[in-house]
Amino acid sequence: MRVMSKILKVQNLSKTYRSGDQDLHVLNNVSFEVSNGETFAIVGPSGSGKTTLLGLCAGLDKVDDGEIWLCDQNLIQLNEDGRALLRNQNVGFVFQDFQLLPTLTALENVIVPLELRGIKKAKEQGKELLAKVGLENRSGHYPSQLSGGEQQRVALARAFANKPAILFADEPTGNLDDETGAKIEKLLFELNKEQGTALVIVTHDLELAQRADKSIRLRSGKIEQTQG
Amino acid sequence: MDKGKKAGFSWLAKMAWRDGRASYGKLTLFVLSIILGVAAVVSVHSFSGLLKENIAQRSKALLGADFVIESDQPITQKVEAIIDSLGGADAREINFPSMASFPGKGATKFVEVRGIDGGFPFYGELETVPQQAAGRYKEGKALVDATTMIQFNLKVGDSIKLGAKSFAIAGSLETVPGSTSVFGAIAPPVLIPLANIDDTGLVQTGSRIDYKYYFKAKENQDLEDLNKKLESILDEEHADLDTHLSEASRLGRRYDNFGKFLNLVGFISLLLGCVGIASGMGIYVQMKLRSIAVLKCLGASKKQSYLIFFIQIVCMGLIGGLFGIMFGYVLQQLFPILLGDLLPVDVNITLSFQSVLLGLSLGTAMSVLFALYPLMKTLYVSPLQTLRVVQENTSRSIRATFAVGLGIIGFVFCFAYWLLGDLARSIYFVMGLFVVFLVLTSVAQFFMAMLKKFFPHSWGFIARQSLKNLFRPQNQTLVLVLSIGIGTFLISTLYFTKDMLLEKAAMEDRANTANMILMDIQTTQVSAVAKTLQSSGFPVIDKIPIVTMRVEALKDKQVSEIRKDSTSQIGRWILNHEFRVTYRDSLVSSEKIVAGNWISRAQNEKSIPISVSSDFATMAQVDVGDEVTFNVQGKIMKTVVRSIREVDWTRLQPNFSIVFPIGVLENAPQFGVMTTRTSTDVGSAKLQQRLVSEFPNVSILDLKRILGLLEDILGKIGWVINFMAFFSIFVGIAVLMGAIYSSKHQRMRQGALLRTLGAKSSQILKMIALEYAVLGFLGAFMGVVLAVLGSSLLAYILFDTAFVPSSIPFMVILPSITILVFAIGVGTSIEIIRNSPISVLQKENE
Repeated sequence: MRVMSKILKVQNLSKTYRSGDQDLHVLNNVSFEVSNGETFAIVGPSGSGKTTLLGLCAGLDKVDDGEIWLCDQNLIQLNEDGRALLRNQNVGFVFQDFQLLPTLTALENVIVPLELRGIKKAKEQGKELLAKVGLENRSGHYPSQLSGGEQQRVALARAFANKPAILFADEPTGNLDDETGAKIEKLLFELNKEQGTALVIVTHDLELAQRADKSIRLRSGKIEQTQG
Repeated sequence: MDKGKKAGFSWLAKMAWRDGRASYGKLTLFVLSIILGVAAVVSVHSFSGLLKENIAQRSKALLGADFVIESDQPITQKVEAIIDSLGGADAREINFPSMASFPGKGATKFVEVRGIDGGFPFYGELETVPQQAAGRYKEGKALVDATTMIQFNLKVGDSIKLGAKSFAIAGSLETVPGSTSVFGAIAPPVLIPLANIDDTGLVQTGSRIDYKYYFKAKENQDLEDLNKKLESILDEEHADLDTHLSEASRLGRRYDNFGKFLNLVGFISLLLGCVGIASGMGIYVQMKLRSIAVLKCLGASKKQSYLIFFIQIVCMGLIGGLFGIMFGYVLQQLFPILLGDLLPVDVNITLSFQSVLLGLSLGTAMSVLFALYPLMKTLYVSPLQTLRVVQENTSRSIRATFAVGLGIIGFVFCFAYWLLGDLARSIYFVMGLFVVFLVLTSVAQFFMAMLKKFFPHSWGFIARQSLKNLFRPQNQTLVLVLSIGIGTFLISTLYFTKDMLLEKAAMEDRANTANMILMDIQTTQVSAVAKTLQSSGFPVIDKIPIVTMRVEALKDKQVSEIRKDSTSQIGRWILNHEFRVTYRDSLVSSEKIVAGNWISRAQNEKSIPISVSSDFATMAQVDVGDEVTFNVQGKIMKTVVRSIREVDWTRLQPNFSIVFPIGVLENAPQFGVMTTRTSTDVGSAKLQQRLVSEFPNVSILDLKRILGLLEDILGKIGWVINFMAFFSIFVGIAVLMGAIYSSKHQRMRQGALLRTLGAKSSQILKMIALEYAVLGFLGAFMGVVLAVLGSSLLAYILFDTAFVPSSIPFMVILPSITILVFAIGVGTSIEIIRNSPISVLQKENE
């Protein structure tokens, strides 16, 4: 089967981890689809399997059972480097704890995905992106010299640097105060609209989830509820 | 979507630089290990090479001529004819050791008298003070060694008496070609005109005289060809030809061995640095795992994320190599100062292209090889780590691990082989190193396992926390025990070996042991000399008769025939040497029979039963029962080997290769050696003065003084060796600081958490202090214990002596190194208690 208009298609996905001498069924027969430019939220209590699902969808982990099609590519058929290349060309990430490279400046962090693709004018593009998130004056600063909100804005600029077809965000406002969180949320949806990027957000925040076109609620590794 | 091109090497290099730039604090300490290791190797290697080069360049100045024909007896007509055919000698020399006295100073000294005529030296200089004395001594005066002049406060114009003749001193002799500084320290040179040699009356039976004929080569004369042509003819006439080239290569070889040994010590320092690199990289990579996961998440491949850190390692190796070369260049300026007059030439310190290449390739190869294993971890980092904590995949490819291990052993072996040029020795070196590494690693692992198993749960909080640090994850126990252990092992082994060498040479302090040897006593003087000794209150311990003879035939084969046989393996020394032989009815303390039976008295056998030393038997290829024919000053004497003795030549007493039984040589022309014992320096000096005035031809060897000189020489060599061994300790310190720095964040977090829970700064400091005290003691103790084992093996295999370890390494080296490690450990960790707990935790969470 080939998915044409869907940027992400998850079919009968299961994942089991081994913990001591026990098997933990983290995901059980999960299926859903995300279309191009669509916003999609995954909600659920702690330990429901949200982050595991995000990792699998982004090709960060191997699938045990089921299928994931990302940008028309079956992830099961790709090796680690193949999945890395797919991510570099089509995927953006925003993490709860920002995950900036501590030894690189803000600008250098933003241009890493561009440089990985061998784009020559990476620096110019990086500066534009930083300007978009309002950090044009902080480009030479290291992550340790930036506030949490500023770090997340750098992470957003990095996530949109390679004009991804899909962006995965894991609790993007989880480590921020309400005011900063709201700003980041606004920026995230603006960039999504502006670039037509599909957005998959893992969150505890129900308000944030309600802003998404579609959402699923996970409980104990299963889809409990689907909306939209 | 713009696909662009894949990121290439320039991006990898850029990323390596960006990451390295922010981590330079940690990387600097790793580079320091490489700098110190490379500096040690480069300085020693470069200096050895320069020394050899300088010897070769100044070979003519060292000999003073292009070539020399020499003999230990007056030359035969045949040799005279050869000298004539070469156009006659350009200069002549007669030299021999003798006693000199300094009238008016009340002093005597054992010297090397050199009677010279002609324009010697043709190359190099006769350096004298005043300068004109170099020519003026030819007017019947003497040039006296500069140190002797200072020792006895001699001035130009003072007298020196050699045998029956007094000479006015024309000046002090700074350097003269043909006198080595080591022998010169025992018998300093005194130059007089050759024409005055007979006036001294010192050329008598038994005198050890050398006759030398110096030549300046004709233009384009092939000296090697000349040597080949004349070698066998001169051999038959008991003469020898030495060219300036052969002299230089002989000297070069002598210093080469010393250089090789120092090179190995330097190489061990480098290996230690690499252990530091491996351990440091392990911690460094651990800290980088999250960044690697992020890079992979953003689309970097396994290879790309690996190469970023690989490039860093190569650069570290190159930078370490480069700075190591520079530091090594500075360092080698110290060697001439440390070795002083033990060097035969002044060495011009330069930096050769070979040294630069060596430093760069060593630094890079070693850092890359030792970093490969920890770097492999980057390949297995999962990008999932960006989302949550993932169980670390510790499995590495067995094939890759094996290849890295093989690469390290192969490189160490190849380098050792390149240094030593001997397959067996290189294997022993690598094996020895492997055993030391294995023992220290096993002890460290065993210590950690035992500590875990028998953990003293009842001990106080501080002790428990401190001891836990020794086996917690990312502990420093292994790397510190290794580096401190090896450094201490080297220093202690060198100390024990030096001790052993001196012990062997030292006389046991017993009343009947001789410490003064009187040589060249004529038969007619024996009773008079004995009387002088006794009347001065000194005992005659031994009276040893000596008869000189040469080997005429071995197992019925004439020496002349053996010389012609190019396949013969018999040593030239056997065929050409004039042996000084004694006769007695019993063995002495430095000898033991290893084959056959000792014969005390000769009966009326057809062949005289003799005893030979094991060295003689090996070189002459004779065994018990074989015949040896001697020419005893014109009389042919057939003998048969009845026993072979092992002789301890290192004992400072008269030892002999050949011993006859009594009842054979009593009526042969002979001279004597007598031994006595003096208890004070004053008594010794007075006796020497009396003997020299009464028996000017008798030479006196004061063993106490020789032992002092030997100690001085060993001390100087020991200085350089200790200096290199301390390098290992310095490298160990750099490794220690690197390890502390690398694990600082973890320790700061741990310290901050403990303080949050109520621990005081002083308690945390005590924990750190105890941890380093234990590590320092364990490493140093193992080093000394391994040194005792190593030295016992050396004593058993090499020196054939019982080894009683000195207490100095235990009393001085062990506590010193423990205190050093303790001080550095505590000093470097002080930052942990300086910061407030909240600032540390906030920083950690950022």
